[in-house]
Amino acid sequence: MLMTTIASNAVEMNEEGFFVHPEQWTEEMVPELAARDGIDALTDAHWTVIRFMRRQFLEKGTGPTVRVLGKASGVSIKELYELFPKGPAKVAARIAGIPKPRGCI
Amino acid sequence: MNDRIEKFSIIISKGSLEGAYPGLIMANGARAEGMEANLFFTFFGLDVVHKARHEHIKVATVGNPGLHLPTMLGGLPGVSTAMTAFMNHKMEKLDIPSIPEFVDMIADSGCGFYGCKASVDLFGLEKNDLIPQVQDIITVGEFYDIAAGGQIIFT
Repeated sequence: MLMTTIASNAVEMNEEGFFVHPEQWTEEMVPELAARDGIDALTDAHWTVIRFMRRQFLEKGTGPTVRVLGKASGVSIKELYELFPKGPAKVAARIAGIPKPRGCI
Repeated sequence: MNDRIEKFSIIISKGSLEGAYPGLIMANGARAEGMEANLFFTFFGLDVVHKARHEHIKVATVGNPGLHLPTMLGGLPGVSTAMTAFMNHKMEKLDIPSIPEFVDMIADSGCGFYGCKASVDLFGLEKNDLIPQVQDIITVGEFYDIAAGGQIIFT
């Protein structure tokens, strides 16, 4: 576990950079978290995905996989990979302050 | 984290349902993890990207001890079709995409799709017989060039 400061707030992350306590996350942290994952220019589509991740996690207790994102977030699979080249569900979960989604497909 | 796999190339050589899904799942998972991924279809694996056949990939009900079905029974007409329908139904319930849908999704994720030249020649096929997601028909040497620097898995 690592203690880090994001947007002037202390947060705890695991070795892979996922929030240990999702309740520590606020939207103000998003630009800084995105930059840590190499995303410097956040578009509306990025925000759509990040908010969708967050909402799904709060509703279901787990973040969506890429397939669910493609079906339900309103952003296509192709675009998801353009927005988050290092893995849409994984990177968006990191930026949304939720655990890494578990699911094989 | 230094041992992270950055690139993954998967060879799919079988044209059965149980032969096709594992490689597809691994390719999809590799892309979801941000790895570079390539799929190479050889021999009967070409059926997975064959325009006329990829919607009809079946479970092998003969010579498949894992199915726990007597071989004589597995060979009866319709058994493979029924078993495939049963399996597809179960997968649909788990929200696992059908093969054509899955292939589409993996291609959209930016995974490379290649057909094996020797197999295409052997079966008398042309690039046009394969789905448009297949970027090229390549030789084994070209495959090794594309796969260079990454892990290779044969399924």
